[in-house]
Amino acid sequence: MPADTVSVTGWGRTAPTTARLIRPRTYEEAAAAVRGCGARGGIPRGLGRAYGDAAQNAGGAVLDMTGLDRVHAIDADGGTVLCDSGVSLHRLMEVLLPLGWFVPVTPGTRYVTVGGAIGADIHGKNHHVSGSFSRHVLSLELLTADGEIRTVRRGTPLFDATTGGMGLTGVILTATVQLQPVETSLMSVDTERARDLDDLMARLVATDEHYRYSVAWIDLLARGAATGRAVLTRGDHAPLEALREGTRARREPLAFRPSRLPAAPAFLPEGLLSRRTVGWFNELWYRKAPRARTGELQRLSAFFHPLDGVPHWNRIYGRGGFVQYQFVVGHGQEDALRRIVRRISEHRCPSFLAVLKRFGDADPGWLSFPVPGWTLALDIPAGLPGLAALLDELDEEVATAGGRVYLAKDSRLRPDLLAAMYPRLHDFRALRAELDPRGVFVSDLARRLGL
Amino acid sequence: MKDAFGIPQSLLVLGGTSEIALATARRLIARRTRTVWLAGRPSPALEQSAAELRALGADVHTVAFDALDPESHEAVLGKVFAEGDIDMVLLAFGVLGDQARDEREPLNAVRVAQTNYTGAVSASLVSAGALQSQGHGSLVVLSSVAGERARRANFIYGSSKAGLDAFSQGLGDALHGTGVHVMVVRPGFVRSKMTTGLAEAPFATTPEAVATAIEVGLRRRSETVWVPGALRLVMSALRHAPRGLFRRLPI
Repeated sequence: MPADTVSVTGWGRTAPTTARLIRPRTYEEAAAAVRGCGARGGIPRGLGRAYGDAAQNAGGAVLDMTGLDRVHAIDADGGTVLCDSGVSLHRLMEVLLPLGWFVPVTPGTRYVTVGGAIGADIHGKNHHVSGSFSRHVLSLELLTADGEIRTVRRGTPLFDATTGGMGLTGVILTATVQLQPVETSLMSVDTERARDLDDLMARLVATDEHYRYSVAWIDLLARGAATGRAVLTRGDHAPLEALREGTRARREPLAFRPSRLPAAPAFLPEGLLSRRTVGWFNELWYRKAPRARTGELQRLSAFFHPLDGVPHWNRIYGRGGFVQYQFVVGHGQEDALRRIVRRISEHRCPSFLAVLKRFGDADPGWLSFPVPGWTLALDIPAGLPGLAALLDELDEEVATAGGRVYLAKDSRLRPDLLAAMYPRLHDFRALRAELDPRGVFVSDLARRLGL
Repeated sequence: MKDAFGIPQSLLVLGGTSEIALATARRLIARRTRTVWLAGRPSPALEQSAAELRALGADVHTVAFDALDPESHEAVLGKVFAEGDIDMVLLAFGVLGDQARDEREPLNAVRVAQTNYTGAVSASLVSAGALQSQGHGSLVVLSSVAGERARRANFIYGSSKAGLDAFSQGLGDALHGTGVHVMVVRPGFVRSKMTTGLAEAPFATTPEAVATAIEVGLRRRSETVWVPGALRLVMSALRHAPRGLFRRLPI
């Protein structure tokens, strides 16, 4: 089995550490890697889209699971798929769309693996309707620290520890996932503008339930009366009759043709994303959006994964990398949300990918992030002066409001806030201590936060 | 582990009574650092430094360490690393000596060289090995502008720092790609107990300013940090000044 010593970072390209990268091609190789990963343990890694240090393991082993990439079985009538954990959502879409099925939940990128989707218990624009990814996982096979493979079913403690467990309960080898039926590969999208944060929240509260997918891009550089102005894009899979007769789209309604631009160059100077340039971008983005438009047909990739069109888009932040900050606060904590948005806006964070969304019901994963309420995600260049202190302040605000930050995006949380944010942390630690007494599974995230 | 901004959770200070090191530790404790090891010769001053940092909320240990006893470094530092990951090692020990006296008493000059250079070589290599096996960490070495070009007024100290500086740069290159980051810090004249009674040089700075520069350097993963930053240009010019001119400069 090939093993290279490489420097590993998350998608945000901060805090690199060195590990032995092992790429198992079979379950036996994966089991052998787990048994032989040594004193500094190992952690599974998918496509490296977690922003922080979740899939890094300094001085130990990192199991690159993308070598286990077989789709084993598709039930085209019942709408389930059994596949290896290293299969990407992109691959699943290629395979499933022609059969009239879509992944139940997709985040802002298709380039995540099924294993990563379960480990981070990802959510998408349909969380208020469909919950997080784990809600659609019927069962999974988990390679645990003893080198054994266990079948883990819904409703068991091990399932709830593993969904959202950041790979720390074991290596997911396969999963059976319930799919979403679709008639076409196009989306029918309604777009509207909100003039400020209160307008935005009012619109989301009033009409979110009419849409399967809903998200708002928010301009965090807008100040004064325009603070929190936003563009809402909401929609659903387009039904076949929405496609005009005689068009190519109607003839091939399930074709999946994501477009791709050239990759971002490997070396870009820092400071491309300054307050000024992002300010211009945000102004343009807001103004170019229609005040109100309904029923626009968009490609899946344009609606869900616009950034996937530019491979390695994370390079635009330069060598210093960037930090993603995502938190959720419950319904009734709108004032906390307002204070946080005002605080970010006052600090002039050059964030051009900020999104606000309302979460629906939570899923049972112990470290699963989504809880009912408001979630805001933003990305900020790591070199922004005063950023570390600002985010610490926001953490306090979030924790006081009973909210939490998202571990798959975290790269800087103060460890002592974690237990308040994740009340089941104690159970998680206890289960790990029992299941993995030698601490075989460990990551930089786990070391940093004491998971 | 270090966070996205390069701030360590655990810190090992070699030369635990250094004012620059303590200013740095205070700054880092205010951010994320929870565990601090202060290594130095056992003394009331070392315990007092530990107590001061403890009062800020950190878990502080002291450990007996003597730069002049390289044979013991492996064992002493090995014990510290065995207790858990060290995210940052700050090599802060060093002596200024007394140039005029040291010129007359070569054994004193040798002591300066042994502390600042040989002792640091040994401690750096031991630390670097431990950091390398944990796959991450920063080794921050306090060099000095005095090492950039030796001056008549303090060439014994300056040459020892020149050796340390060159060594640390080489070590940084050797460790490139191993996950270990080596940062050479070159402060100018720092107002501290080490320099009390000395005439202040231009571009004088403070331990706090050095600490700030170290924090910024950690975030940027810098390899060289000048404090203040303007010294980089100044020293670049001085380095190229002809010998005859350099000798006559009032520095």
